Amino acid sequence: MSRTLYDLIGLAAGIAFILALKGLSHPKSARRGNLIGAFGAGLATLVVFFYASPSVYGKAESSLPLNNLGWILGAIVVGLIIGVPAARRVQMTQMPQLVALFNGVGGGAAALVAIVEYLNLGSEATTAQVVFTVFTVIVGCVSFSGSIITFMKLQELMTTRPVVFPAGRFVIAATLASVIGVGGWVVSALGTTPLLVLAALSLLFGVLFVLPVGGADVPIVISLLNAFTGLTVAASGYVLDSVLLIIAGTLVGASGTILTRLMADAMGRSLFGTLFGAFTAKAQDSAGITEDRPVRSGSADDVAILLNYARRVVIVPGFGLAVAQAQHTVRELADLMISKGIDVAYGIHPVAGRMPGHMNVLLAEANVPYDQLVEMDEVNPTFGQTDVAIVIGANDVVNPAAKTTPGCPIYGMPILEVSNAANIIFLKRSMRPGFAGIENELLYDPKTMLLFGDAKSSLTKVVSALKAL
Amino acid sequence: MDAMAILSIFVLSVFVGFEVVSKVSSTLHTPLMSGANAIHGVILVGAIIVADHSETNLELGLSLAAIVLATINMVGGFVVTDRMLEMFKGQKK
Repeated sequence: MSRTLYDLIGLAAGIAFILALKGLSHPKSARRGNLIGAFGAGLATLVVFFYASPSVYGKAESSLPLNNLGWILGAIVVGLIIGVPAARRVQMTQMPQLVALFNGVGGGAAALVAIVEYLNLGSEATTAQVVFTVFTVIVGCVSFSGSIITFMKLQELMTTRPVVFPAGRFVIAATLASVIGVGGWVVSALGTTPLLVLAALSLLFGVLFVLPVGGADVPIVISLLNAFTGLTVAASGYVLDSVLLIIAGTLVGASGTILTRLMADAMGRSLFGTLFGAFTAKAQDSAGITEDRPVRSGSADDVAILLNYARRVVIVPGFGLAVAQAQHTVRELADLMISKGIDVAYGIHPVAGRMPGHMNVLLAEANVPYDQLVEMDEVNPTFGQTDVAIVIGANDVVNPAAKTTPGCPIYGMPILEVSNAANIIFLKRSMRPGFAGIENELLYDPKTMLLFGDAKSSLTKVVSALKAL
Repeated sequence: MDAMAILSIFVLSVFVGFEVVSKVSSTLHTPLMSGANAIHGVILVGAIIVADHSETNLELGLSLAAIVLATINMVGGFVVTDRMLEMFKGQKK
């Protein structure tokens, strides 16, 4: 295959990626967009096998068939055997951490590619090539270890609260300074040992960078690391003389940056505050005062009676709904109420669950009609005319502390103002606070009733109680 | 390729990247992030190129590890995005 044809096909794949991102930005075209992206990636991969790569990073021109062809195909098969079942079998509730993990391995792959390039950089390598290679090692390693930490936070293998240790900000700053310092050393004097030191320091920085980020902000960090990985791919494209990698990597880097900002805006957070707020974070003093106060808990029958005489009910779903896989049951309850002439809407907080749009996906799975899902800005003014707000496994997104307690981790985040409803029902497993680890005053409000238990079994009981009325 | 051409490609790609996602509803943030995540899996192409050029066992081993990881990123990413979007099917706004 000629270089021209190879580059033209690379360009076609690049266009496919642009169309993919464009398609993914609109609900109707999203699925097709994803398939176009997959097609582009498949095409780009296939073509490599039919083109003898030119001399790159100090290596002689290659010939066809590719060297180590058997090994290459074997490694791809191994990747398929691991990746496809993982993506197929994952539960809806665990998708966020899988995305984090996929991003991490992508960053790791970019770092490994750069390390191999570096090992071969001869004296004829240009300074730019060395700099881009070293850049990829650093950012790829940060993306890898950072993503692993976000994975562990989301999987709850470690605490979801910000991890802040004494003098943490100095440690982080010192690590960053040494990464840059060693990076400069690696650029000026090629050598394997300094490179390994650099990789280790970069991995450490990735861990330190993500540790202080609080649970609710983790999706923003995943998005940012995603953009980072994109940039490493672009840098690799420069070293490997591949226009396709430059285009694809830059697209992901740029769109990922914008997406990170959009997500931060949707959560009412400043991007800077999310990333660097932890540097100044103090230990939370949320424990203690509120623990022994009485709450009003009720039975499924009490809830059913309350709902039966309501005119308008707003359902506020959260992560608990996803955990309990109660999306079909909640739809059953909503349909039952509608058949009784009750006005029902779902109040969707943009970041309810573990990721933006999590609830939309979950309720869509249960075929909840799209027009019943009301976004936060539209539903908030209606809580005043709402008789009952049912909060199912959500906590932080309705926590008034976001408005009233400056300094708490979610302060400033827009919330669903369920406190304006005449009655509030919380379906909760326990009195445990939400993902952000903050006590919710609303639980102690006199107009709040708590129904303890798994969301699915609680909802099933409410449905049968309501049917009996 | 000369530096100016690469710089042009880079800058134009940045603008296209900004432009295509600038007005996306929060509903689609997760699938869009996941889709973009899958796209950077094309580092697989880079991994194959370095594997092709590998001469020592160390180089080959690292390259093959990169291929495995990149394949997981790319294929897993597209499959999981498709599964998320499957949930939206048959829905009309």
